[in-house]
Amino acid sequence: MTSDVVVSGSLRNRLALILTGGAALLAIVLFIVVRVLTAQVAQQGQDNILKASMSSVLDTAAIRDGQVTLDFPYSSLSMLNTEADDRVFYAIYEDNTLLSGYDWLTSPRDVAPESTIFENTTLKGEVLRVASGARTLIGSNGPRNVFVSVAQTQDALSNTLNAISRNVAFLGLGFFAMSSALAIWAASTTSRQMRRLTSSVTRRGPQDLSRFTKPVPSEMAPLVASLNTFMLRLDHSLTQSEDFIAEAAHRIRTPLATVRSHAEATLQRVDRDENRTSLQAMVRAIDESSRAAGQLLDHAMVTFRAGNLEMVQVDLADLLHELVQSMTPVAEMKDITMTMELERPAMLQGDAILLQNALRNLIDNALKYAPAETRVIIKASNSPTLSVSIYDNGPGFAVDEIETLSGRFVRGKDMGNTIGSGLGLTIAQEVVVAHNGSMALTNRKGGGACVTLSF
Amino acid sequence: MKYLLVEDNLELAEAIASRIRLDGHAVDHAATIADARAFVDTGEYDLILLDIMLPDGDGRTFLKQHRAAKNLTSVIVLTARSQVSDRIGLLDLGADDYLTKPFDHAELQARCRAVLRRNAGSAQSVQTIGDVDFDAVSGLLRVNGNSINLRNRELRLLELLIANKGQVFSKQKLVDRLFSYNDDVSENAIEVYIGRLRKHLEGSQLRIVTLRGLGYRLNHDV
Repeated sequence: MTSDVVVSGSLRNRLALILTGGAALLAIVLFIVVRVLTAQVAQQGQDNILKASMSSVLDTAAIRDGQVTLDFPYSSLSMLNTEADDRVFYAIYEDNTLLSGYDWLTSPRDVAPESTIFENTTLKGEVLRVASGARTLIGSNGPRNVFVSVAQTQDALSNTLNAISRNVAFLGLGFFAMSSALAIWAASTTSRQMRRLTSSVTRRGPQDLSRFTKPVPSEMAPLVASLNTFMLRLDHSLTQSEDFIAEAAHRIRTPLATVRSHAEATLQRVDRDENRTSLQAMVRAIDESSRAAGQLLDHAMVTFRAGNLEMVQVDLADLLHELVQSMTPVAEMKDITMTMELERPAMLQGDAILLQNALRNLIDNALKYAPAETRVIIKASNSPTLSVSIYDNGPGFAVDEIETLSGRFVRGKDMGNTIGSGLGLTIAQEVVVAHNGSMALTNRKGGGACVTLSF
Repeated sequence: MKYLLVEDNLELAEAIASRIRLDGHAVDHAATIADARAFVDTGEYDLILLDIMLPDGDGRTFLKQHRAAKNLTSVIVLTARSQVSDRIGLLDLGADDYLTKPFDHAELQARCRAVLRRNAGSAQSVQTIGDVDFDAVSGLLRVNGNSINLRNRELRLLELLIANKGQVFSKQKLVDRLFSYNDDVSENAIEVYIGRLRKHLEGSQLRIVTLRGLGYRLNHDV
């Protein structure tokens, strides 16, 4: 069904992709934000301890006997103990002279009183966090600047951070997985609505052009509304074209009937052969054209319906019985007797209108080609398969034409004056093929034609 | 027989009516449904020939009301539509038969005869000519107390000759009157049917005489 539709992407996939993509993006943002925030908080913790350690060292600075002394408290270093055994470094400067510690750690600078400088430095590729502070001591020799730096490696900090990151990553992944599941569910729920609409369109019979009345989500309402309008227009134009065909048939066939009836009436009055010949030719031409018009319409109808059979349970025996009854007056005109040999049951799942049309054409042919005062036999048999055969005593089929006679507009060569359009057998053939059956044309042993439809 | 022809096309109606009159029947013509109702209400008809597309409505409406009023007069619909579904609809509405325009007059005759035979009691259709009883509807001929079932063509030939007693018909005229142009009937075939009728009428007061070079005539010897 979708083979003749240009497909560009899938709504469901697109929806799922957008939703899962969004979920992934959100998870990544969540991860980064949480990580950055945690890193900040952790850094602040380390900074506070470093500052406290540095301050406690700085606080012990005093001038004694004109010398700057520091009483390095043990607690100032022990407070920096961590589980990861981070290493601690320090440097103490008086003015620009290193009193104790590592000179590579930092260089003394002017620092506002009571404030702390935090910075990072590296030792053999390892990051050190450095907290520095300064104090001015007033001695007898004038003011002295004491500058203290305390540094610590960040092993514990990064361990903590990694642990937190891992947890956040799990959280992000979990979030992503749940959102994706939700996204896929949402996408398939949405497309299920579409599928439901599609199947309700597909399940409709060929004649069903009524509105959709089942409730649909509001987003699909415009689609269904335009579908309904489309159906309405289609229904209108079908009705219109049916009316048009009826009107056209009326407009064409009524004058033809007038001409034919006048020609027939005139024929009763004229005696000259040339007048009679031309009147007869007129009647013939009218019959041919009206028959061709009817058969063409029938053929168009058969072709249309063959693609959309309206299947019902058909009793072929009843159908044949009705047909024979309605055609008896035509048979009587030639004193032809129609004999029915109907085996019952002759039930068939099929399109009644098409089957009737096909069988009518076959019986019509038999009546046309059978000579006056003969017998046409209509047989229905249900074994080995369901089949209908029509026998007549006419000239039969020319052997070399049997293969081609069911083609469109093909007529046998020796049909004399008999009127026909060359569509009767075509119609029968198309109908029986649409019912997965076959048509066989044969000649009877004693002369005459036999057409068999097997289902 | 009395026919009511309901057809809005006057030329067609005239052509059909004149042909039916030629067969010896009476015809009233209505061009609208309203006229048709008036005719049906005031007169008795054996058969109604009904067109579908009429200026003041659909012939099918007339048909429905006609049947709803339990009017038993047979109706043959003359329709311009040929499709099977249309035909089925017509029969369901109570039409006795239908004929697609343009139609063969011989077929109209045949269908009328079939409908009348199916629906009417045959009592009123028996004609008595001298010592011969003839029922044109059922095709029954009684000569000297013997019943003979006539074949269709014999029946139509006899009907024509009886309706035009004493008139001379050439073979050609008989072919024109009796057969459809779709049937390939030779003038010699007429001789066969004349021969059969002569045999059936043997010993009665009716006699078909041959006028050499002119044709045939039905004589009633008293």
